[in-house]
This record gives sequence, C-alpha cells and structure tokens, in this order.
Amino acid sequence: MAGGVSSSSYYSSSIMETLFQRTLEDLIKGLRLQLIGESAFVSKAIEEIRREVKSTDPHTKSTALQKLSYLASLHFHDMSWAAFHVVEVMSSSRFSHKRIGYHAASLSFHDDTPVLLLITNQLRKDLASTNEFEVSLALECLSRISTPDLARDLTPEIFTLLSTTKIFVRKKAISVVLRVFAKYPDAVRVCFKRLVENLDNSDPQILAAVVGVFCELASQDPGSYLPLAPEFYRILVDSKNNWVLIKVLKIFAKLAPLEPRLAKRVVEPICDHMRRTGAKSLMFECIRTVVSSFSEYESAVKLAVVKIRELLVDDDPNLKYLGLQALSVIAPKHLWAVLENKEVVIKWLSDEDPNIKLECLRLVMAMVSESNVVEISRVLVTYSLKSDPGFCNEILGSILCTCSRNAYEIIVDFDWYVSLLGEMSRIPHCQKGDEIENQLIDMGMRVKDVRPELLQVARGLLIDPALLGNPFLHRILAAAAWVSGEYIEFSRNPFELMEALLQPRTSLLPLSVRAVYIHSAFKVLIFCLHSYILQSESMTSSFPDNLVLGVSELVLKRNMLEGSDLTTCEAPSAHCSEGFNPSNQSYEDLSIENGGDRTINHGQTSTPAFSENIFTYDSIINLINQVELALGPFTGSHDAEVFERTRHILCFIELIKGEITECLVQKGKTLESEEMKASKIIKLISDAFSEELGPVSVSAQQRVPIPEGLLLKENLDDLETICADFQVPASNLFSLGSPYYGEEVGVSPFGLQNKEESEPSNEATSLLTEHRKLHGLYYLAPEKNEIVGNDYPPANEPKLQVNPKNDTEDLVKLTVQSLATNKKPNHAKTRPVVVKLDEGDLVTITAKRPETKDDLVSGAVREVLVGSDTRTATSQRNPSDKSSSKRSKRKGKEKLNVDCSELKENLGDSEKLKHENPSSRKNKHSINGKERRHKSTGKIGEEGEENGQKGKQKSSHRHARHKASHRADAPLNVVSQTPVIPDFLL
Amino acid sequence: MIHFVLLISRQGKVRLTKWYSPYSQKERTKVIRELSGVILTRGPKLCNFVEWKGYKVVYKRYASLYFCMCIDQEDNELEILEIIHHYVEILDRYFGSVCELDLIFNFHKAYYILDELLIAGELQEPSKKTVARLISAQDSLVETAKEQRSTISNIIAQATK
Repeated sequence: MAGGVSSSSYYSSSIMETLFQRTLEDLIKGLRLQLIGESAFVSKAIEEIRREVKSTDPHTKSTALQKLSYLASLHFHDMSWAAFHVVEVMSSSRFSHKRIGYHAASLSFHDDTPVLLLITNQLRKDLASTNEFEVSLALECLSRISTPDLARDLTPEIFTLLSTTKIFVRKKAISVVLRVFAKYPDAVRVCFKRLVENLDNSDPQILAAVVGVFCELASQDPGSYLPLAPEFYRILVDSKNNWVLIKVLKIFAKLAPLEPRLAKRVVEPICDHMRRTGAKSLMFECIRTVVSSFSEYESAVKLAVVKIRELLVDDDPNLKYLGLQALSVIAPKHLWAVLENKEVVIKWLSDEDPNIKLECLRLVMAMVSESNVVEISRVLVTYSLKSDPGFCNEILGSILCTCSRNAYEIIVDFDWYVSLLGEMSRIPHCQKGDEIENQLIDMGMRVKDVRPELLQVARGLLIDPALLGNPFLHRILAAAAWVSGEYIEFSRNPFELMEALLQPRTSLLPLSVRAVYIHSAFKVLIFCLHSYILQSESMTSSFPDNLVLGVSELVLKRNMLEGSDLTTCEAPSAHCSEGFNPSNQSYEDLSIENGGDRTINHGQTSTPAFSENIFTYDSIINLINQVELALGPFTGSHDAEVFERTRHILCFIELIKGEITECLVQKGKTLESEEMKASKIIKLISDAFSEELGPVSVSAQQRVPIPEGLLLKENLDDLETICADFQVPASNLFSLGSPYYGEEVGVSPFGLQNKEESEPSNEATSLLTEHRKLHGLYYLAPEKNEIVGNDYPPANEPKLQVNPKNDTEDLVKLTVQSLATNKKPNHAKTRPVVVKLDEGDLVTITAKRPETKDDLVSGAVREVLVGSDTRTATSQRNPSDKSSSKRSKRKGKEKLNVDCSELKENLGDSEKLKHENPSSRKNKHSINGKERRHKSTGKIGEEGEENGQKGKQKSSHRHARHKASHRADAPLNVVSQTPVIPDFLL
Repeated sequence: MIHFVLLISRQGKVRLTKWYSPYSQKERTKVIRELSGVILTRGPKLCNFVEWKGYKVVYKRYASLYFCMCIDQEDNELEILEIIHHYVEILDRYFGSVCELDLIFNFHKAYYILDELLIAGELQEPSKKTVARLISAQDSLVETAKEQRSTISNIIAQATK
C-alpha cells in the first residue's frame, strides 16, 4: 500500500515535471531575458537540469540533457558529471532521444571519460541498426570520441559498413575509418583493402570521402601510398568534381617528390586543370601543387606564375593573399617569379591588410641580394617610418635578419650597413635594440675594415643626448659605448667622445650600461694619455725606435684585445692554444701593417686627427680632471660593476697624475735629456696599458715580446688555475683585463708607486672574485652574453669549433676587402649554426608529431600494400590480392576459382621474381603492376593492346589462361626483364 | 582537415562550436577568446585568412555572424570558404532566410545540419539538396515520435501504467 502511494506520487511528480519542464527554447529565452545575471541564471538552470536528468521519463531526461549540452557548448559549462545520463539517453530506443544523447556524447566525452567502457555495445548495436540515421549517429559519435579500445572493438562493424550498399552510411564509415586507424593501427590490416576498393566507386560522394581519407593519410606518410598512384592518377584525369580534385592534387603534391617518374606523368594533367578550371579554389590548388612539388618543371612553373599573377592583380584580398603566399613558396627556387611581380609586391606592401603586408615584406626580403640590398633597405627603412609600430618593427626585424644572415653574406659595403644600423636606432618605434647591439659588436669584432665607420656611428649615437631617454635604445648605446672604447684609435676627437661618455644624462641609463660607459671612458683616457706621450716623444726625440716601440705597443694592445675576443670564444675548446698560435702569426703581420698606417697617420695626414694641438698638456690635464669629476660620485655606487670600474679608473688617475706633470716639467726644462725620461714614461704608460689589457690569455702572451722586466706569466698561471673552474666566466676574465690591474700592479716588480695602490688592489681582487660569480654583469658582458644567449646551449660547441678559423679569416681577408671570398668561409660559422638550429627545431617538432602514431598506421599500410617481409615478393602479391578481390566483386561466381589459381600463380611468380630480380625497387614494381592491371580492368580494348605489346616485348609467359593471369603476369615479366621501365609508369 | 568550427556574433557571443580535434573545455574557452579577439577586430575589406599558432583560420562574415573554421597549413583556404558558404546556404534553405535568432533558438538543428555536412573534419556531402533531404527525413522521424507522445492521454497512460 505504502509502496503504491509512493509510486503514484512518484509518477505524479514525473507528470508534473514533464508537463512543466522548461524546454530548450524556454531556457534560451530565459537566458536572454534574465534579470538576475547570467551566471546566476545558469547555475539555477543547472540545478534544475540536475534534478530533471534523473527522471525516469525519457523525454524529460533527454530534454534536460539537451539543455545541458546547450550550456556546455555555448557557455562552456562543465557537463562531465552527466556522463552516465548521456549513456542512458544514447541507449533510448527513440531516435529523437538518441540523437540528443549522441550529440551530448560527442560534445563532452573524451579519452578519459570513464563511462566510455559502457557504450561499446550500444555503439555496436547502433552501427548494425537498420535505421541508417542511427548508424550515422553512431559513426559521427565514433569519429569524435574513438579510443583505442572502442576502435579495436568496433573495427568489424566499420569493416562491414565500408561496403554497405547504403551510400549515406558508407561515405560516413569511410571518413570515420581515418579516426579508427589513428587510434588502432591494426584496423588497417582489416579495413584497408575495402577502403582501396572504394577508390573505384563511381559514386561521387563515396569517392570524395575516400579521397579525403587518403589525403589525410598521405599527408602523414606519403611513401606508403605510392602503390596507389595509378588509382589517384585515374581520378585526377577523370573526375569532374572539384572537391575530389583538390584532395587528389594534395595527394600528388606529397607523392611526386618521392617518385620523379610519377611527377613527370602527373604534371601535364595538373597543368590542364590549371588552364581549364573556372574554380579559383581548384586553380589555386593546382598552383600550390606545382610550386611546392613540381618546381623543376619549367613549363608548369611558368604557367603557375602566370596564374599567380592573375591572383595578385585581383581585387579580392583573399586571392591577393594566396597569390603572395604561392610566390613565397616558390621564391627560394625560382626567384625570377618574384622579380617579375616586383611592382605588385611592392605596391601591396602598403595594403591595408596586415597579413598581406607581411607576406609582401617576406617576398621583398626574398628578393634582397648583394646588388640591391642597399636600395631595398633604404626604401624599407623610409617606409617603416611611416607605418604603424608593429609593422615598423617587422620591417626592421626582417632587414636585420636578412642582412646578418650567414655572417652578413649579402653585405658588401659594411660602412653603409653600419650607418644603416645607426639610422635604424633612431627610428622612433624601433624596438630591435638587442639585435642591433649584437650586430654592431659582432661586426666590430669580425670586420676589421668597418671599425672607423663603426666608431663614427657609435659617436653619433653617443653624443646625442636625446637618445638616452629611450629605453629601447639602451642596449644599442651600450654597444656604441663599447665600440667607442674599443676602437678609439680611429677617433678624430677622443675628447669629444669622452665628454659623450661622461655626460650627465647618462644617469638615465641602467647600471649595467653605465658600467660599459665607464669602462669605455677608461679606455679613451688611456688612449689619450698614450697618444700624448707618444706624440711628445716623437716631437722631442729623433729616435725612431721609440716611436716604433710606442706604436707597436699600441698595436699590441689591439692584438691583445682581439686575442681576448678570440679566446673568449675559444676558451672552452680544448685546442685553445693550438687554435690561437697559428692565427697569431697573422696578427703579427697585421700589427705591422697597422702600425705602418698609424705612423703615417701621426706623421702626415693626421693633422686634424692627432695633431699636436689636440693632445696638449692642458687638454690632457683637463681630460683627467673631467674624468675625475664625473666619476667621483660613483665611488659610492651600490652596483658592484659600476663601483669597481669607477675605482679602477680613479686609481689609475691617481697613479699617473703625478707622473704626467713631472714629465711635463722635465720636458720643459731639458729638452735634450728627455730620451731617458721619455722611454721611462713610455714604459710606465705601456705598463699601464699592459696592465689593463695584459692578462688576455697565456698563449697570446707568449707570442708577444714581453717588455723588459714585466712578469706576467706567473700571475697568469695563477689566474689560470683559478679560472679553470669557470668555463663561461673565462671569456669575461680575458676580455676584462682591467680587474687584474690592481693585482698586477701589486705583484709586478716594475710596478708603479705602490703605496696607495696596495689598498685598491686588494679591493679589486676581492671584487674580482665577486665578479666571477656575477659574470653576467661583466663589462663585455652585453655582447658576450648576447651571443651566448642566442645559441646557447646547443650552438655553443659548433660555434666554438669553427671560430678560430673564422676569425683569422675575417681578419686576414677583410683587410684585403675580399668580401666575396669571405662570404663562404663565414658561412661555416656562428650564423649558420644558429639558423640551422632554428630549422632543426622546427623540423623535429613537425616531424615528431605525426611520427609516433603514423609509424604504426603507415607501417600497417605498407604491410597491406607492399608487404613487410620478403618485400619484393609480397609487394607483388598483395596488390594482386587486392585486385583479385576487386575483381571478385565484379565477377561474382568465378571468384573462388580465380582467386585460388591466381594466388598460386602469383606466389609462383613472386618467387620467380625474387630470384630473378632481387634488387629492383619495389615501389615502382607495384606501380607498374597496378597501373597495368588498371588499364586492363578499365578498358578491355586497351588490354588487348597491352597483351600485344607484351607479346612483342617477348616474355615467355604462361599461355593465356584468362585475363587474371595476364594481369598478374604482365608486370612481373616486364619487371624481370628490365628493372626500370619508365614507360610503364602510368 | 578542419579542426573546429566556430560561429561568433559580432558582439563576441558564441553561437555554435564544433570540435573535430580533441580540446579540453579550458582550451576551448581560450581558443574562442583568442580568436574572437583576432577576427572581430579585422576590418571588412581584408582577406579572410588568419594565421594562428601554426594553423590557419578561415572566417567569413554573414550579417552579424562570423563563421570560422580552423584548418591545417596545407589545406586549401578557398575550399574552406566554399564550405562555409555551403553551410550558410543550407541553413538559409532550411530556416528560410536564416538570421542569427534562428541559430540561437535552434542551436541543436544547426548542429545536426553541420553534422550532415562535415564528418571527422572533412566535407562529406557537397550537395545542398541531399543535406536538406536528409535533415528533413530525420526531422520527420522526430516529429512522428513527438506527436505520439505529446498527447495528454499518452502522458496519462504512461504515468498510470
């Protein structure tokens, strides 16, 4: 009784629910009109749905589920909790409910949904249903949620559906097979033959579906589908359906590169399509196929370029865009195609569509060559001034990237390029500071001849106080400062540079850049002092030795710097010293050359440059005072880098100040007896120099005539042991130089007056250790780090290995300005390595993705199509199997007999083949075989012809039993005769 | 293949989503947010293709609705544009000059039509007529069932059985 009551109340509630349940439409309306806020409304609705979905009434349940799937798909509400209800609704016998259930399932189920285990039987039942719409629901759902288990369990059902007479179901089954293969590669063994059979189907929908599947399959592993090429070829020639043709073209685009003879055959029909078709989509596909896979066929490419031209001048931006894309595909192989359309490309560079602009930019950069780089870059830089910041930086980025490619391969006039970089830095939107910084320093190190111009550019950047305020430029300024210190000897007016380096607005710079500034100031100061000394010496003394000595000293400094650069690159490599020694020879030569230049500079032409009136006593004293004044405040800096550099420079000044005045005084007094004094001072200063630059590298030092009494070696050995622990910092240690100065002074017997020195020296050494820890902040860090950062970690090794050679080459060859020859050697170094890296990454990424699973799929496909063991043999056998089954369908009753006999025969044949022709290439065979079979099955008349041909060609093949044996024999005989028969392909 | 299909209104409201590749619910929201940001801001006379994370998104605006499909790099953009147009025409035929409201209130039907047009990310039915016929056949299947069960007597019979 109680049970009755409860059950009736239960039913009544169910009735109430059914009668007053909100439908989907109510929900949607309510959602649009709600006043309580969307999320509140949705959560209320969900609550309702949670209740309704538990109802026993299937209608109520399915309506609830429908509402839920609405919320899930458009409002992204989680519906995984309802998974079980979804299964319930799916299993409803009513189509309307089932449909809702399946829709919900394909929307919300994923591989980890636990209830997936429950639906296998339901899917199986529906796949076998007589109602084709139910079958289609199940197929659709399977295409979306298939898991390895589901795919495995349902493979037999799919297999059956692949040859069902209901077109509507069969085409879906064909499409779904792709997903089944992906999840369960073994299904290939079962289903593949039937799939291939469908290629012969005359129904356009079936054909479209199956070609779509092969298109996807072939895009993952084209090689496996080569044996099917004849079928595809037939479709390509016969089909009138554009959808199908597009897919077939895609397949051929993948197959053609693998089989040149196939490409030869296919290229004509493709061009036919391109000429004839009125459909832009098909035409574009033809173009793309040709430019990507048939680029060695001149006529086809020419036709494609004509068609591309049509696209480019079209008003439709879509066609424009696609035309540009096609051009950029073909650009690497047929640059003329781009050049032919140059005006159009440049015209669209100012299109309103950023996508089109970007494509144009890529094309323009593709056109850049040695001869036009100057012109194009000028145009682009001017254009970038007018464009929006984003595109402006795109332009700058691509210029930088193109010009620096392969170690500045296309740059001939480096002076121009350096000044272009300077120009770029001043473009207001420029955000490429890092890249410009890299290149400025990189060129300074690599290209000796560009240094004077580099210095000019750096000077221009440094003396412009306005640039200091732009944070994007700070990196560039760091590079400029480094350049100005490094190559100060090319400066016409070092004092001006010093002023620029010390200007008050440098306070706007970040501390790391300031450190570079300070150190550069140090270099400039030393240079000025040294020049002053040299100059006064050469004036007063007639001793050429002194001059030469001084000059060589200067040069020495340069060498060491270069040496340090070199060693920084080399440091971790084992053959550091071997690598350096031979190259040092050339430095020696160079240094002499350089020295010569410099003497000329001093003596004759240099009136404005190093004329006496620049390096006067007053100017030097002024300079020193200026430095002292500007750097004074930094002694309190908290930044270790800045602080230490300041200390160095100030200590140095302290040290020499007395000497300078003393020297001056003496000089004034006794003009005759200065010989002693002068040489002393030179030694003094050169000591200072070598202290600054001395500890370059042990091997470099060995090559240099050691100044009398200078004991560098023991200290360096010392340092060597310390540095040995630090691979990366090594670079900094060498290039730094200055931090050792204190230490150096402390130990060297020739040291200067040491009383005040000892203190700073301790300080310096203690800071030095700090440095090693913070090597990122080192003086030369900006460029060093950048380089390391660029190709770190994988590029490190190759780069280091190639570098020694490369740098010598740079120096030797660039001095002769033999850029042409320089190009190639440069090729083999840093740039290419970096570039390769990127490409390599991309390749591995793209290649990896498909590999894992497709290996399985394609492996299975190969097995089916080609055979995996005794490959030559099975390659023949399997396709004929296929053909036999094909035929068997057609020839109803004969089937069994024919199959048996043919199979036997084939086996025999293949064995024979194995003996006769083991080394022939299997793919071609099967193509041959398939092709012939095809023609023969297709047209009997033709077959007769072929038979005749065959007869002529000889071959003592079996007596013509029936067509089947002919078909099987023909290719085999032919193959056994001659391994390569191009004519039989297609 | 097509990875997903999105219908987004000009205001950024999602009207339909269909995913042929596996995306988690979280990824789906992210994708839609990103893409609607990119696509809705593009001007009217620009090309209909957007490069997006190594894929291409082909979109076309019909009235207030943007139809977007995401495809692989090597797929044919023009073909996809045709598919989109195809879909719109079928919708138009089915609803009789379709408008956004039709799709809002019949979101499930828009799905069913799409399912007849595409399967597993591929076009399965290039004929508009066939799609229309298939959909109406399924609709009538549902209608008869509905008529059967929606009579009051039927409900009462069911309740009291």
